[in-house]
Amino acid sequence: MRHYQAIIIGGGSAGLSAAVTLKDRGIEDILVLEKDREPGGILEQCIHNGFGLQRFKEQLSGPAYAERYIKMAEERNVKIKLNSMVIKLTPDRKVEYVNSEEGDVTVSADAVILAVGCYERSRGAINIYGTRPSGVYTAGQAQKYLNMNGYVVGRKVFILGSGDIGLIMARRMTLEGATVVGVAELMPYSNGLPRNMKQCLEDFNIPLYLSHTVTNIFGKDRLEGIELSEVDDKRNPIKGSEKYFDVDTLLLSVGLIPENHLADEAGIEMDPVTRGPKVDENYMTSIDGIFACGNGLHVHDLVDFVSLQAERAAEGAARYLSDGKSEAGVITLRNGSNVSYTVPKYIHKDAKINTEVFFRASRPMDKASLTVSCGDRLIRKLARRKVMPSEMDRVMITAKDLKDLDGDIVISMEENA
Amino acid sequence: MTKADIVIIGGGITGTMIARALSKYDLRTVLVEKENDIADGATMANSAIVHVGYDPEDGTLKGLLNVRGARLYDTILDEMNCRYLTTGAFIAACGEEEEKHLDVLTDRADRRGIPYRILSGDEARKEEPNLSEDVTKVIDFHTTKVIYPWEVALKAAKVAVNNGVQILLGHEVTDIEKMNGKYAVHAGDEIIEASCVINAAGIMADRIASFVEEPWFTMRPRRGEYFVLDKDVHLVQHIIFPVPSEEKGKGVLAVPTVYGNTLIGPNSDYIDDREDNGTSYYGLDYVRKNMAKTLRNVPFNRSIRTFAGIRPASTSSDFIIEESKTSEGFINVASIESPGLASSPAIAEYVIGNFVSKHFDLKEKEGYDMTLPKDIVLSDMTEEERNVLIRERPEYGRIVCRCEQISEGEILDALKGPLGATTVKGVKKRCRPGMGRCQGGFCEPLVMEILSRELDKDPLDIELDGKGSYILERSNR
Ligand SMILES: Cc1cc2nc3c(=O)[nH]c(=O)nc-3n(C[C@H](O)[C@H](O)[C@H](O)COP(=O)(O)OP(=O)(O)OC[C@H]3O[C@@H](n4cnc5c(N)ncnc54)[C@H](O)[C@@H]3O)c2cc1C
Ligand SMILES: Cc1cc2nc3c(=O)[nH]c(=O)nc-3n(C[C@H](O)[C@H](O)[C@H](O)COP(=O)(O)OP(=O)(O)OC[C@H]3O[C@@H](n4cnc5c(N)ncnc54)[C@H](O)[C@@H]3O)c2cc1C
Repeated sequence: MRHYQAIIIGGGSAGLSAAVTLKDRGIEDILVLEKDREPGGILEQCIHNGFGLQRFKEQLSGPAYAERYIKMAEERNVKIKLNSMVIKLTPDRKVEYVNSEEGDVTVSADAVILAVGCYERSRGAINIYGTRPSGVYTAGQAQKYLNMNGYVVGRKVFILGSGDIGLIMARRMTLEGATVVGVAELMPYSNGLPRNMKQCLEDFNIPLYLSHTVTNIFGKDRLEGIELSEVDDKRNPIKGSEKYFDVDTLLLSVGLIPENHLADEAGIEMDPVTRGPKVDENYMTSIDGIFACGNGLHVHDLVDFVSLQAERAAEGAARYLSDGKSEAGVITLRNGSNVSYTVPKYIHKDAKINTEVFFRASRPMDKASLTVSCGDRLIRKLARRKVMPSEMDRVMITAKDLKDLDGDIVISMEENA
Repeated sequence: MTKADIVIIGGGITGTMIARALSKYDLRTVLVEKENDIADGATMANSAIVHVGYDPEDGTLKGLLNVRGARLYDTILDEMNCRYLTTGAFIAACGEEEEKHLDVLTDRADRRGIPYRILSGDEARKEEPNLSEDVTKVIDFHTTKVIYPWEVALKAAKVAVNNGVQILLGHEVTDIEKMNGKYAVHAGDEIIEASCVINAAGIMADRIASFVEEPWFTMRPRRGEYFVLDKDVHLVQHIIFPVPSEEKGKGVLAVPTVYGNTLIGPNSDYIDDREDNGTSYYGLDYVRKNMAKTLRNVPFNRSIRTFAGIRPASTSSDFIIEESKTSEGFINVASIESPGLASSPAIAEYVIGNFVSKHFDLKEKEGYDMTLPKDIVLSDMTEEERNVLIRERPEYGRIVCRCEQISEGEILDALKGPLGATTVKGVKKRCRPGMGRCQGGFCEPLVMEILSRELDKDPLDIELDGKGSYILERSNR
């Protein structure tokens, strides 16, 4: 069995950044396994601008952002196997993959980095009632048909969910000559980035229905129409509020879920909120030597953060390769009020690095104070403005903060009047 | 005008099982189906259970044919290399009142020679930890099987075709004329003349019958809705039934499928539009609430899909399998609701033995073959076997569907042969890309590419399922 220092599963932006960082840390013998015919992952179908503002201080398209990393990987002679689907990962870090040149191969590594991306929540996962005609797509699927294959999926479009992909597709479909009759969002606020709300909906006069959901689908062969209902504060449809829209296309932009199949089967401990693995400050999962990053860890709205976290995961892996794992106990990061999750979930008591914690608020707040505390001890208190669940937030916990801590760290957001 | 001896109307499990059984005889048989594919009706959307036959009452065709059908399945599934799981079926009673009803079932089972085990609530919970605390006693009909219904129908149709039966897909029967003791069946652009017509048109059976006479029965469509849970959810290993009741029938079940998902359902609602296989808030809510009677911890948030099937029920409580009294050679096989799937091999045998044999001298033809080779399924193979296969045929090394790990080679197999898939759903039915948690988000564009290339069709003409179910509207290049 061929043994590597590190294997990276997935050659999207997370996998590529991780590979580049490992090489830069002197980890030479690495392998990237990518199931697609080209590296770059989901970025390849995102031809709109809006990538790389933080990382490269420029507005790039998805493929252009990917290209930079592909080039960096090439310059460092990163070995990428394409068309190679990983079908199994074991707790002792054996990785089984299939491709048509080599067949079914098992390789092993001292460190494995999961960078497998996410998938879109589908109609079945959100239980929209009605018939099952063609014409119902996830937004990313329609985006792929359009940007990769060159086909428009329909003429009269409704979009459920105000996630970024849905918003971007509202604009794309309009520019392609389709009529987008509306976008509905279950929550009383949008789930997309503010800039996308403006550039994709407002600029095109596309109505946004907040606190609404699709309650029925009509049509036997092709979609013929949908029923939209307003929802109450418990998100249940309000009887009598139904509106009918005559459309041939429904795009769903109702959430992304980390592709957690390999991790789950390997027995890695998962976070029920993010639905990705729970990781420590080194991005190591509950299994020694297996790390996770990118959308396979938790869903990101900005690729810049994906790259950033992937680098940290690679640094964590590099430290693990040289020093082994920390035997010190861990401090758990808990979600306090108005916080839906944090990544990482654990920090070792003897951590030598400062840990930047990524988290999301669970509801919008105009003004809020963010607190990091442990028992009675307040570690940090910071002011926040215009808090949105769709925008990931970050806070630093330094190595010094950890001194003499006893108990869990709680991250909370309190709304201020 | 095509000349035949027998025309079978309907390509569900009933029609295909009859076609399969008839194919060994020296007869010219034609099966016509209105949809683009085999098994698009009730056979596509049901609980997939080969019931062993404890449920139907004595003296009914359902009782007779269910018991016999389940036994015939043992050989047929092996002959055709179909997938199945012998899961057993837990009938879970909560409290004394329900326990009494279990005795009715075991009495019947004793008389019919059906084996079972009796378990206390606690014993049952050892085997099924998610069983509700309220369950006090369980009968396990441990020989109960779960199949992949459309696989069985498709394979029965394939056997029939291999033995010379002609199958016309996309041919809707719109009229049947009687002429000099024969029937002219108008099906799409074909007229088929035959002396015997078998009406296996499911929910449309009364309409088909009405072409030759005023039928004494009317179909009463009854819908059943389901959740499909992700295969990561290991909820149950046995089928879990509540105690059956007069008004609610078999009740809401949990069924482990042959591919590791779990079905939760169905409800049972009469509907007006017999083609309305949509799901509803009320239906699925009923399912959600009633499942809680026998199971706890059902993670409905791990549902990957919901669907509904329509029971081809009628004003008759029993199967209707009879030759018309006024139209000789016209055989109704109607009102085939549950346990229609389980009974289908026996229904075929019954139809042939009691009716077809009266009209034809049944001579077995030479060289007929009831068997089918095993499908190549990558995920069933060992690493070693996969390597040998991929070395010879690299297309099996290209994985198209990441959720279900389906290779391009398997999709190409699904397109092959006279009953090869022509639609995205057709591919899905045969080898499952898109059946997993992402529901085709990733692989559907790839499946489209393969279909378009192999069938030499413009992607704009590739359909999801029925006529008019296009996926791409226009090219933007
Ligand atoms: C549709 C969409 C639109 C977005 N728009 C923007 C935007 O406008 N601006 C912005 O900054 N960010 C945007 N983002 C966010 C950001 O671009 C992504 O989060 C980021 O690219 C994700 O990178 P990743 O490497 O984690 O995942 P991916 O890019 O999905 O990469 C995962 C890779 O792993 C491979 N893989 C998965 N499983 C296996 C396996 N078993 N074996 C082998 N390979 C496997 C996949 O093929 C894929 O190439 C968008 C995200 C999405 C999904
Ligand atoms: C919710 C539900 C759960 C069930 N669970 C079980 C179970 O667990 N076990 C079990 O044994 N049974 C079960 N059943 C019953 C079983 O599914 C049916 O008995 C069986 O599938 C009926 O098969 P069929 O071939 O008679 O009908 P169908 O499968 O409906 O086939 C009839 C065919 O006729 C075609 N047709 C109709 N009109 C025309 C026309 N004019 N011209 C040409 N073709 C036409 C239709 O397109 C269709 O393909 C269940 C049924 C439902 C709905």
